Amino acid sequence: MSRADGTPYAPHTDAETAAMLAAIGVDDEEALFDIPEPVAFDGDFGIEPRTEREIRDECARIFERNDDLTEFLGRGHYAHYVPSVVDHLSDRAEFLTSYTQYQPEVSQGFLQALFEYQSMLVELTGLDVANCSMYDAATALGEAATLADRVRSTSGDTVLVPEQLREGKRAVLENYCDGADLTVETYPMADGTADVDAIADRAGDDVVMLYAESPTVRGCLEERLAAIGDVADETDALFALGSDVVALSVLESPAAVGADVVVGEAGSLGLPTSYGMGLGIFACRDDFLRQVPGRLVGASEDANGDRAYTLTLQTREQHIRKERATSNICTNQAWVALRAAIHAATLGPDGLVDLANDCVREAEALAARIDGLSGATAPVHDRHHFREFAVHVDQPAPAVAEDLETEGFAVHAIDDHLLQVCVTDLNAGRTDGLVAAFEGVL
Amino acid sequence: MIHDQANYERGDEDVREPLLSEKGQETVDVREDSPLPEDLTRDELTLPNPSEPETARHYTRLSQMNWAIDAGPYPLGSCTMKYNPKFTEDVAADPNAAVHPDRSGRSAQGNLELQYRLQKMLADVGGMDAVTLQPPAGAAGELTGILVTKAYHEHHGNDRSEVVIPASAHGTNFATAATAGYDVVELPSGEDGRVDLEALEAAVGDETAALMLTNPNTVGLFERDITEIADIVHDAGGLLYYDGANLNALLGRGRPGDMGFDVMHYNVHKTFATPHGGGGPGAGPVGVVDELAPFLPTPRVRESTEGSGYERFEPAHTIGRVHGFAGNWLVLIKAYAYIARLGDEGLADAAAKAVLNANYLAERIDLDVPHGPFHHEFAATASDRDAADVAKRMLDFGVHPPTTKWPEMVPEAMLTEPTEIEGQSSLDDLAEAFNLAYADTDEALDAAPNRTAAARIDQVGAARDPRLSWQALDAE
Repeated sequence: MSRADGTPYAPHTDAETAAMLAAIGVDDEEALFDIPEPVAFDGDFGIEPRTEREIRDECARIFERNDDLTEFLGRGHYAHYVPSVVDHLSDRAEFLTSYTQYQPEVSQGFLQALFEYQSMLVELTGLDVANCSMYDAATALGEAATLADRVRSTSGDTVLVPEQLREGKRAVLENYCDGADLTVETYPMADGTADVDAIADRAGDDVVMLYAESPTVRGCLEERLAAIGDVADETDALFALGSDVVALSVLESPAAVGADVVVGEAGSLGLPTSYGMGLGIFACRDDFLRQVPGRLVGASEDANGDRAYTLTLQTREQHIRKERATSNICTNQAWVALRAAIHAATLGPDGLVDLANDCVREAEALAARIDGLSGATAPVHDRHHFREFAVHVDQPAPAVAEDLETEGFAVHAIDDHLLQVCVTDLNAGRTDGLVAAFEGVL
Repeated sequence: MIHDQANYERGDEDVREPLLSEKGQETVDVREDSPLPEDLTRDELTLPNPSEPETARHYTRLSQMNWAIDAGPYPLGSCTMKYNPKFTEDVAADPNAAVHPDRSGRSAQGNLELQYRLQKMLADVGGMDAVTLQPPAGAAGELTGILVTKAYHEHHGNDRSEVVIPASAHGTNFATAATAGYDVVELPSGEDGRVDLEALEAAVGDETAALMLTNPNTVGLFERDITEIADIVHDAGGLLYYDGANLNALLGRGRPGDMGFDVMHYNVHKTFATPHGGGGPGAGPVGVVDELAPFLPTPRVRESTEGSGYERFEPAHTIGRVHGFAGNWLVLIKAYAYIARLGDEGLADAAAKAVLNANYLAERIDLDVPHGPFHHEFAATASDRDAADVAKRMLDFGVHPPTTKWPEMVPEAMLTEPTEIEGQSSLDDLAEAFNLAYADTDEALDAAPNRTAAARIDQVGAARDPRLSWQALDAE
């Protein structure tokens, strides 16, 4: 027997392969391929196979080339301490190596976990329905825009978003809007939050969706969400609110301020820093149930009358509805949703609220310390902040960020003289070092 | 083989494992300790508050009520589940790889290097010239590829309105084209299950932006006329899009780039064994020929133009972004590790064993397979039986059933893809499950499954009366 030359993940011995070929009635595996000679390939990719150990060493060497920096970075990708129980439970092979739950009778476990995740998002948003995930906050925002386009009774072609919006999020939104013939326009900000008067002036028949964020990309908490919701209501625009799963645990419920849809990031629970991997929130009012993109888990009964769970309302989806589907999404971020749910369960409401309150307190405390340094002002905006805040520096911001990097700290340079700093439980213990480094480079 | 799935039954409550909310919730007064003013905060928050032991037991029990590739065969045709090598998890868990996406390129050289290497590997495997790793799933890859196609045509002053898609294609192709703003022209399948060249000639024209094609197609057949297909589409000024769903069948024997495809996406869980996690995260890198490279999402990674190392850059006519950051990074690392583990010979062997297994299994089952010669998957027909019922019965025999009732060109289709990871005895078990279920009585099929955590679930009722949260259950 020999498996030496092929994939290590096929169990066939030479004798078995021969027996199987004989059963099929061919001499070798090549006889099973029906690829015309002109388009056949000789198999030479030039990829040398390596052992497991060699690859682990190789990748470890590659990743060592990332500088060892203490990151004070946020702007949409956040990390909190992820308890060990999250890794150990989500890594169970029954979860990790399962597929989408097309046969619900044999997939009750994951379906229930996703149902519970949806329920947690319903509690956090106050809305009726949450799907079991989108890829990330940016694609969820794109999907919200196309939903707005579908559900609005009168036609319009404009999506109104804040002037201060993460550039990448805006770029993703533009791509979703492109296919729906929607145009993205911005409204101005007033000291870090939405200029509601300007929104009211701009709103009108052509606006299908009004989008606001709290916290904003600069970490400011919106103070007049209900007023924005009123403008949306009066002009029959969909009010989409962007937020974050940790912030939602303490902020006024989106439903209470009139949000029709909540999008945002839930990967701040369950996911460590992962180069921007996310977990997109999508929740909405009941009215839009049949227009929701992505997968939904519902409760039903089995033949014994016991409660059971299943993917439901699948006639919205691409495998049934094809070009009339609500979205092309199928695979989403289910396993990350499982992780977020385990993390939330582990924290409980107390732990979650404490975590969120620390995001406010730590940001305020660090801003005050940086503000005490000569050559820096923080926070730039006179608002309440969540995790992060903008810093004005007298020197050019990119140069300051580069100098800080030399000192072992990463912060954002967001404008000529603006930095942005994000603090969570993971780096809160390193703020002394950051402040000292700031003092040194300013 | 008989399979009894773990089943925690609470007879008095008609539930199995209770919901977290049923195990106990707590309501917290948010304003009590809040550093924020009252008008910014909610007054209370109610969520489950299990202890860690309760949490561990809850999710462990749930896991025991969940089928997985590590438990047994999962031959979902066209979806594909194959073994996910464990070491790839450890490679991806390297704390040094856990950096923030807004790091300067200078301080994230390791991640850039791995991105660069993977871009190159994928380009080689697909016969493409340039690759983006940003799309977070196969469907996102499709959208990226079609948006790139659109941008390419528009850049050349060529506004086209249609995408041509064979009737047998994955539903995502249709939805993707529509999401990108295209009208869909559905191409009927030829009698042999492949693209009919005359029908294609009739379908393409000045409005054709692209033909989206899966090859081997969704019943496992190689499109033998691929060169003619490419010529027809290109002569009409359209581009040829490769749906990478079935690339796993071609590894080492055929490359989309050599067949005339201009743009393609890769499904990394199907081809490169990354775990599917019950519905993601996936990754859907996109490869293109040189002419389309300037339109790819930003940023891409290249070798530094000055000095050593790697740098991010913005393609000249980029479509912008399809993900907020760098896509599903942890998944991409696992794909890299898998490809490196197999190398040229392993990749070619994975395709060979996948095709061998599909053909062997088809020999062993009593169901007809109308179309061939097939490669990695085949569409058997349950003919006068209901394919969905046969599938439910198979659940009792220690296997996951195939994809049912699709593609529609095969009546009562059971689209089966065992992948390379099953050995002969496992395939024999799978065949036995097929044959026992297929030959069983109508009553037995109606009553199935019997040994799973849940008996047959009322799907119609679930959709008629949607209850999508524990709040909805409580409101009853």
